[in-house]
Amino acid sequence: MIPSTLEYTKATSLDEALAAVKAGARPLAGGMSLMPMMRLRLAAPGAVVDLGGVPELVGICEDGDEIAVGAMTTHRSVANDPLIREHCHVVAQAAAGVGSMTIRNRGTIGGSLAHADPHGDLPAAILAAGGAVIVRGSGGERRIDVGDLITSYLTTSLAEDELITQVRLPKGAGQSAYAKFHRRAIDWSIIGVGVSIGADGVRAAATGVGDHPTRLTGFESVLNAGGSLEDAIAKAGEGLSPLGDLDGSTEYKLHLVGVLAAQAHAEASSR
Amino acid sequence: MATTERLTSGGVGDAVLRKEDRKFVTGEGRYVDDLKLPGMLHAAFVRSSFGHAKINSIDASAALAMPGVHAVLTNATLPVETGVLSASNPGGDVRHPEQAILAKEFARYVGEPVAMVIADNRYLARDAADAVQVDYDPVPVVVDAEKALEPGAPLVHAEYDSNLVKTLAHVTDGFADALAKAPKKISLRVVNQRVTPMPMETRGCIGDWSNSTGEVTLYTSTQVAHFVRTFVSIVCGTSEAKVRVVTPDVGGGFGAKLNTYREEFAVCAASKVVGRPVKWIEDRTENAVATIHGRDQVQYYEAGVDENGKILALKFDAVQNNGAYNQLLTPSISHLTLFMVPGCYDIQDVSITIRQVFTNTTPTDASRGAGRPEATHGIERLMDAIADDLGIDAAEVRRRNFIKADQFPYTSATGLAYDSGEYHETLEVALELSEYAGFEARRAEAAKRGKYRGIGLSTYVEVCGLAPSAVTAALGIGAPGWEHSTVRLHPTGKATVITGTSPHGQGHATSWSQITQTELGIPFDDVEVIHGDTAFQPYGLGTYGSRSLAVGGIALYRSLGKVREKARELAAHLLECSIDDLEWTGTSWQVKGSPDRAKTIQELAYAGWASASLPEGIEPVLEATTFHDPPNFTFPFGTHVCEVEIDQATGHVEVVNYTAVDDCGNVITPMIVDGQVHGGIIQGLGQALFEETVYSEDGHMLTPTLVEYLVPSAADVPPMTLHRTTTPSTSNPMGVKGIGEAGTIAASSAIVNAAVDALSVIGVRHLEMPMQPSRIWNVMQEATS
Ligand SMILES: Cc1cc2nc3c(=O)[nH]c(=O)nc-3n(C[C@H](O)[C@H](O)[C@H](O)COP(=O)(O)OP(=O)(O)OC[C@H]3O[C@@H](n4cnc5c(N)ncnc54)[C@H](O)[C@@H]3O)c2cc1C
Repeated sequence: MIPSTLEYTKATSLDEALAAVKAGARPLAGGMSLMPMMRLRLAAPGAVVDLGGVPELVGICEDGDEIAVGAMTTHRSVANDPLIREHCHVVAQAAAGVGSMTIRNRGTIGGSLAHADPHGDLPAAILAAGGAVIVRGSGGERRIDVGDLITSYLTTSLAEDELITQVRLPKGAGQSAYAKFHRRAIDWSIIGVGVSIGADGVRAAATGVGDHPTRLTGFESVLNAGGSLEDAIAKAGEGLSPLGDLDGSTEYKLHLVGVLAAQAHAEASSR
Repeated sequence: MATTERLTSGGVGDAVLRKEDRKFVTGEGRYVDDLKLPGMLHAAFVRSSFGHAKINSIDASAALAMPGVHAVLTNATLPVETGVLSASNPGGDVRHPEQAILAKEFARYVGEPVAMVIADNRYLARDAADAVQVDYDPVPVVVDAEKALEPGAPLVHAEYDSNLVKTLAHVTDGFADALAKAPKKISLRVVNQRVTPMPMETRGCIGDWSNSTGEVTLYTSTQVAHFVRTFVSIVCGTSEAKVRVVTPDVGGGFGAKLNTYREEFAVCAASKVVGRPVKWIEDRTENAVATIHGRDQVQYYEAGVDENGKILALKFDAVQNNGAYNQLLTPSISHLTLFMVPGCYDIQDVSITIRQVFTNTTPTDASRGAGRPEATHGIERLMDAIADDLGIDAAEVRRRNFIKADQFPYTSATGLAYDSGEYHETLEVALELSEYAGFEARRAEAAKRGKYRGIGLSTYVEVCGLAPSAVTAALGIGAPGWEHSTVRLHPTGKATVITGTSPHGQGHATSWSQITQTELGIPFDDVEVIHGDTAFQPYGLGTYGSRSLAVGGIALYRSLGKVREKARELAAHLLECSIDDLEWTGTSWQVKGSPDRAKTIQELAYAGWASASLPEGIEPVLEATTFHDPPNFTFPFGTHVCEVEIDQATGHVEVVNYTAVDDCGNVITPMIVDGQVHGGIIQGLGQALFEETVYSEDGHMLTPTLVEYLVPSAADVPPMTLHRTTTPSTSNPMGVKGIGEAGTIAASSAIVNAAVDALSVIGVRHLEMPMQPSRIWNVMQEATS
C-alpha cells in the first residue's frame, strides 16, 4: 500500500485548479477514495492538485428552487445542513450514513460523484432527488443531470479537464428518505435505496445494483400509476442484475432492493 | 463491572490505571517504523501472484537500472544457511518441507516472497519491486484442506506422495465399547473458518549487520524476541552471542507475531550484503498474505449419549489446513485442539483424529486462542445439538455433563490435569445475570417487531500458562516453557524488574509493578519494568498462550521472594537479631512486636548496595533472578450468554445482549482483565459475524484489504455485562490462571448458539460462520420454503 511517486500542488483558486487539471493533474478532494486507490496502485497519477484551498468550492446556499452545494463541501456539512435536511432530506440522510465520522469529516459531495463508486451512497441519493452538477473546464461551464454523469464503474461523462464545481439539489425533495443496508457500522452499502415523493410523483434510485446508480423504474411506475406498494416492491428489482459476490447472491441483492425501497418509501411518506 | 477508578494503592488486585497508557494514548509509543538508523535502506518484496507456480527466471535488470536501487536479491544471492525453521514436531514424523527465505523453484501460495529489492526509500523500493520480471509457469492449485486429501489432488510439495502433514490421534481404551453401548448417537459437522489475526501494527523489522564484527541487531515487532534471536543465528550463520533482538513497542500480535518469519531473516542477510541497515515495514495488503492465518479446521463430531444427554463417548475427526508450509508452531496448534476436545465435560472415552494438510495458502499458526477456540466452538455447538435432539434445555444438558467441583484435580480423557474449577457456579451466576429464565417473553416481544430472537450459551475451559517444559518436550516442541525474571533494587530504593515476557498491549508494566508492591513493598510508581530486548534478559520465552502471568508473573513472584529473604538476612544483621525474630510488615522487616526496630526495604536496598557491613556469606546488592518452569498448566473457565436478534427481512444478525462470567483465578489488575475479556469477546464476535479469509479455487486471495476482511469496529461492539467468580489455581502460589484468550474462546459459540436458537422456530439446527446476512437469508429461505 505504497503509492508511487507523484507531484503535489495545492490550488488557491478555481482558475489555478482548472489550469492544473488541464496540465494533467488529478484533482484531490477529501482523498477518501483517491488515496486508497493510489495506495493499492489502482491509480498512479503523476501529479495531483489539492482542491482543499479553493474557497469557491465550499459552502451551501439557497438559489431559487435549488440548493447550491460547493463540490468540496464535506459529507458532515451536508448531513448537518438545515436547508438540505428540510428540502432534500434523502441527500442529508445518505451523507449522514457514509462510512465513519472521520470519513464524513474529509469526504466531499463532489468527490463522491466524480469517483462514481458503484456502491456510493451520494450518487444514488442525489439521483433519487433529481439533482445535477455544474462542471467547468476549458470548454466553459455546463450542467449535467446526475443520471447522465455516472456512466459506468468509476467512470463519468466529465471531460479530462473538467471539474465539478457545484452540486444542485432540488428544493422539492423534502419528502424523501435514504435506506442503506451494510454489514458493519462503517461499511459501504451492499444496497442503498433513495426515495423521493415530489410534485411529479415518486422517484427512486439504488446503489450497489450495477456499475452505476440506477433508477428503480419498475417501482416508480407502479406507484406513479396509482398501484399498490406491494406491487411496487415486487417490481423494485425489475431490469436489474447486481453481481453476486462475498456480500451475497444476485437473488439476495434483488430481495434487498425491495426491502430497502419499502423502508425508504415508508420513511419518506411519514415526513 | 468495568473498574476504571484509580485507587491510591497499587498492589495486587487494586483497580489501578495502566502505567503505559499515557505514552500510548498521547502518541508517544515507539514502534519499529518510528526507528530511523543512520544510512538505513528500505526493502520491498516481490511476491508470488500465483497460488502455485514454477519460477523459471527472475529478471531484475529494469529494477537495478533505477537510480537509488542498491540490490535485488533472490534465492540464489541471499546469503543464508537454511530456510525458515519450525519448532514443532508433535509425536515425530511431521513433514517439514524446506521453506526457503526467498522462494527457490516453486512459489506455493499467493504472497510468497520471491525476490527482495533494497533501495533508498520505501516508495522507490516498491516501484523497483514492481519492475522485477518473474517468469512463472502456473501449476495446479489446491486450497481446500479436504480436497487436498483426495486422491489425485495437486501436490503442494512434489517430494511427498500426498498433502498430509501429520495425523494426530488419541483413543482411549474403552472408546469403542462405550460408543457401541450408547443408546443414542448424535453427529455434527462444524467448519471453523480461516481468519487473520490482524494486529493494528503490521509486522516490520530492521536488520543491522556489522561486517567487521559479525554482530547483528534486529529490531522487530514480535512476541518472542529470544526465539527470533536463536533462529536468526542459525539461519544467518552467526553466533547466537552476536545477535541482539530488540522489540520496541508492539502494536498487537494476537499470535501473528508468535513466530519467526522470512522477512526477519531476509533483512539481516540483506544488511550483510549492502553493509547498511535495512528496514522493511509490512503494508496492510501484504499482511493479508504474508503473515500467518489462523483456524481453518473442519470437524466431524459423533457423540454417544444416554437418554439424559450425558455423553458416554465422543468421536472427533478433523482436517486442519496448515497452509503451504509449517511455521514456528503450525503442527502444534491443532494439538491444542486435541487436548481440549472434551472441554469442561466429564467425558471418559474419546477417539480423536486430526489430519493436518498442506494447501496452496498462507501458513496457519497461532491466532488468539490457538487451537482451543476450535475445540470449544465445536463442542459447544455439539452440546446444543444434543439438547435440541433430546429436548433438554441447553443449560441443563451442560449441568449434566460438567466436571463437578469435587472431581478436581481432574484428569481429562486427553491426559491433562485440570487444576481447579467450579463450572456449575459460573453457569448459575451467568444464567441469573442474563435473566435466562425470562427469555421466552423477550423472544415473543421481538417476533412482533419482525425479529427472530435467540439465546445461546458457551461454557468453556481452556488450557493456558504454557507450558511445563517436560510437556513441551513430550509434545515434540523443541523449546521449553519456563520464564525468566530478575528483580534489581537500586541504592535509592527503586526497583527494576526485567521480565522474559514480551507484552504487546497486555500491560505487564502495570501488573508486574503491582506484584512488586505487594510482595516487596516498593511503591507501584517506583518500579520500572524492562522487556523485549535480548541484551537485557538471559532468555525469555515471550508472551502468548495466556502464559505471561501464570508463568512470567510467578517467575517474578519468586524473585521478589528471594530478594525479600536476602533483605531479611541483611536486616537481622543490621538489627543484631536472629532472622526468626523478624516479621515482614509489607514494607519492612521488623523485630516482632517492636515497630521502632525495623528496616524498610529501601533502607535495606541502600545497605545492600553500600555493603559497609554484610552478614557472612552474603553478596552485595539486593538482586535475584529466577527461571520458573511451571509444574502444570492452568485452566480458566467460565460461562458466556449471548442474545441475538435476526432481522426477518434481511438476515442481519445483531448481538443485543452479552453476559460473560469468567473465572481466571486471582486477579492482579481488574481493568486489564476486563479489557482482555472485552477485546476477546469482540474478536470472537468478529469471527462469528464478520471475518473470513477467503481464497478462490485457483488460489487468489479474495479478502486482501479491510474492505473485504471485516474486523469489528467500535460501533459494532454490543452491550456487555462482565462478572467474575474466583477459583484460585492450584498450579502456582499466586493462584492465578490467565485471561488473554478466554473471551475469544467463548464468544463465537455463544453467538452462533444464540443465532441457531433464534432460527430454531423455523426449524434451523445449525449455522456456519461468519453469519453474514446473505448466508442467514439463504438459510431462512430454505427453512421456510
Ligand atoms: C472507510 C471508508 C468508508 C466509506 N464509506 C462510504 C459509504 O458508506 N458510502 C459512500 O458513499 N462512500 C463511502 N466512502 C467514500 C467516501 O464517501 C469518499 O468521500 C468519496 O467516495 C470520495 O470523496 P473524496 O472527497 O474523498 O474524493 P477523493 O478521494 O479526493 O477523489 C475521488 C475521485 O474524484 C475525483 N474528484 C474529486 N473531486 C473532484 C471534482 N470536484 N471534480 C472532478 N473530479 C473530482 C478525484 O480525482 C478522484 O478521482 C468511504 C470511504 C472510506 C475510506
